[in-house]
Amino acid sequence: MRILTGNDLKTGAVTWWTGQDWSLHVENAVDVTGSEDEIARREESARRVNVPYAIDAELHEGKPRPAHIKDRVRALGPTVRPDLTLKPADPDIGNWVI
Amino acid sequence: MYLYDQYDQRQVDARVEEFRDQARRRLEGKLTEDQFKPLRLMNGLYLQLHAYMLRVAIPYGTLNSRQMHALADIADRYDRGYGHFTTRQNIQYNWIKLEEAADLLADLAKVEMHAIQTSGNCIRNISSDHFAGAASDELVDPRPYAELLRQWSSFHPEFSYLPRKFKIAVIASDTDRAAMRLHDIGIQIVQQDGELGAAFYVGGGMGRTPMIAPCIKDFVPLDRLVTYAEAVLRVYNRYGRRDNKYKARIKILVHEMGKDEFTQAVDEEFARMLDEGIEPPFAELERIRTFFEDPLFEAGASEEIDRGDPDFALWVDRNTVAHKAPGYVSAVISLKPVGGIPGDATSEQMRLMADLAKDYSFDELRVMHTQNIVLPHVRKADLHALWTALDGAGLGAPNLDTIEDIIACPGLDYCSLANARSIPVAQKISERFAANGKTEALGQLKLKISGCINACGHHHAGHIGILGVDRKGVENYQLLLGGSEAEDVSLAKITGPGFDEAGIVDAVETAADVYLREREDGERFLDTYRRIGMTPFKEALYG
Amino acid sequence: MADLSSGTDTLIRYREDDPVDHAAVTVDSFLDQSSASAVRVEPGDDARELIPHLERLSLVEVNFPAFGDGRGYSSARLLREAGYDGELRAVGDVLVDQVAYMRRCGFDAFDPDAPLNEDDLEAAFNRWPEVYQSAADERTPIWSKRHA
Repeated sequence: MRILTGNDLKTGAVTWWTGQDWSLHVENAVDVTGSEDEIARREESARRVNVPYAIDAELHEGKPRPAHIKDRVRALGPTVRPDLTLKPADPDIGNWVI
Repeated sequence: MYLYDQYDQRQVDARVEEFRDQARRRLEGKLTEDQFKPLRLMNGLYLQLHAYMLRVAIPYGTLNSRQMHALADIADRYDRGYGHFTTRQNIQYNWIKLEEAADLLADLAKVEMHAIQTSGNCIRNISSDHFAGAASDELVDPRPYAELLRQWSSFHPEFSYLPRKFKIAVIASDTDRAAMRLHDIGIQIVQQDGELGAAFYVGGGMGRTPMIAPCIKDFVPLDRLVTYAEAVLRVYNRYGRRDNKYKARIKILVHEMGKDEFTQAVDEEFARMLDEGIEPPFAELERIRTFFEDPLFEAGASEEIDRGDPDFALWVDRNTVAHKAPGYVSAVISLKPVGGIPGDATSEQMRLMADLAKDYSFDELRVMHTQNIVLPHVRKADLHALWTALDGAGLGAPNLDTIEDIIACPGLDYCSLANARSIPVAQKISERFAANGKTEALGQLKLKISGCINACGHHHAGHIGILGVDRKGVENYQLLLGGSEAEDVSLAKITGPGFDEAGIVDAVETAADVYLREREDGERFLDTYRRIGMTPFKEALYG
Repeated sequence: MADLSSGTDTLIRYREDDPVDHAAVTVDSFLDQSSASAVRVEPGDDARELIPHLERLSLVEVNFPAFGDGRGYSSARLLREAGYDGELRAVGDVLVDQVAYMRRCGFDAFDPDAPLNEDDLEAAFNRWPEVYQSAADERTPIWSKRHA
């Protein structure tokens, strides 16, 4: 599957396209295969996202997991500061990233 | 240290308002991201892996306690309570909001700081010797020349859209503590027949094509320093390659033209410029110099250090450096606790370092390119009190220039360019050597880790270097040996096939063991490597 | 071949004289004994080749195909250093965030691809109360004020 990501223009936060809106959580991302360019163009011109781009992902326990490690680090936060990630209390999250 | 006058302050204030206007236009959609990007970069604002990142300039690495306090306040107000000191003697914040960036810059301007030209294809923050003004081996304090060049290079109308970024370092000692010859321009202040002048080394750099800068001029009179720099920059701006981003640095131009032809082009440009009124009057250099006069060192300060506490004695031996004034040392605050993140400091640690600088170091701090902090002028009599305070705050690691004092770029944990993580490798290596007890025996061993070929972690210049690469989506680490950023500058060579994360930690220990086995009296790791060559290391690693 | 005609409605001039009424020619054709008094310098051209012929020139256009290519700043400045006092016009991808530096390098006219807003221009030129360097304009550097 292809999922669409970018950064929030004002805050810089990593966001993911949910079909209606942008979410901080990659597990809310939806498959955009075939419409990625159109959505990216529309959302960027409306300034709801900054520099959007589509990446490969696969389903992992029913939720999208980016195919490349860089996008997984991006989705979670710095692996060396688990306290600053989106899942500070999940002790197994490192396995999801690496 | 240098203090702004009304002119400097007006410039910085104007820049804040310019950026505020640019950010507003971006947020309102009047600037596209393509148009805004070079503008934000020239104010140090990147879009990184997780958020906007802001790089704040610390000119030639010098700051006072008020400025360090302001950096701590910014970490709390605009970021997440910490900052990262970098190999360019700057500080980076990782979680900045575009809508707050102008306010942050305004707060910086209140303490005579800024983020001007900390990124972009322009002349970057000028680096220098972190022991400037304190070192026992320097000819003069190099910082007045760095400050003169800082002002010249700020908002330069001709050189703000160069082919690529441009880094300048200024030193004034035969001991190179600033990786001078790995800069686009490295300047060494030298003396000839009793006159001071500047030796120009041009075309060094790391990145994907590391090169050591050749000396193109061994003596430029000080009253022609700015003009000569301008001539170098004009030749580069006109002829540096713009067709390929990876061949756009001045090192490629110098290499392709050849040193002699390049030097001739600079000399011709220089000759034309001499009557253009480019050089500030010598009185301006004299004015700047007055800001760098010695503080009032106590005459007859005691040379005695009570070494009764072995932990303290070890820290003194490892982390203090000879000073030009009797009874004083420069003390290095390690930002490399075992298992920690190299170069990171919390806002609380920044405040403590600021307060200790006020109490014990004439209000001055320095950022080292090795991502540590220096208190440049500390009385030996104050060392125990200083160490006690540092140790209580996790800042007392006794590991300067040891294998635990690792340079590491932010790597894939933070950086959108990275291919592999650097920080976890540094953490595991420091933990390994703290546990196996070999650190002391290994002595000086400079280990430098980059998470991609851009080499922010200076891996080419490590006695041991590590380069993280992406191998089919999996992190992989190449090992390099034999580099040095110092006066014995050399570029490290790759040992062979790369390793996974656990494998690279083992490989570093294997290489260290080869050294321990092969070394002769007084040899550092680097010396042994240079004597015996790569083969014994390869055999141990891959044999 | 690109249309090199001047006098468009995007042209902004900071000169009193009348603009040249014919199109600028390339550096090559100018040097090839053309009778033109207007020339267009591309980023890869060596503007120094024009120096023996400055008295023939009334307009030098310096093209910025992309705003990030800064060679035109040096072209402008070295022509001014050589004594050229005719019109120096920045054309192409010229944006409001670059015009202040361009003025400092000697440009006194702008003909951008996209029109510039007058108020934005005014703000841009008034942005910098001081300058750190001497350049091709008349502004007094800070170091000169400090030691006046």
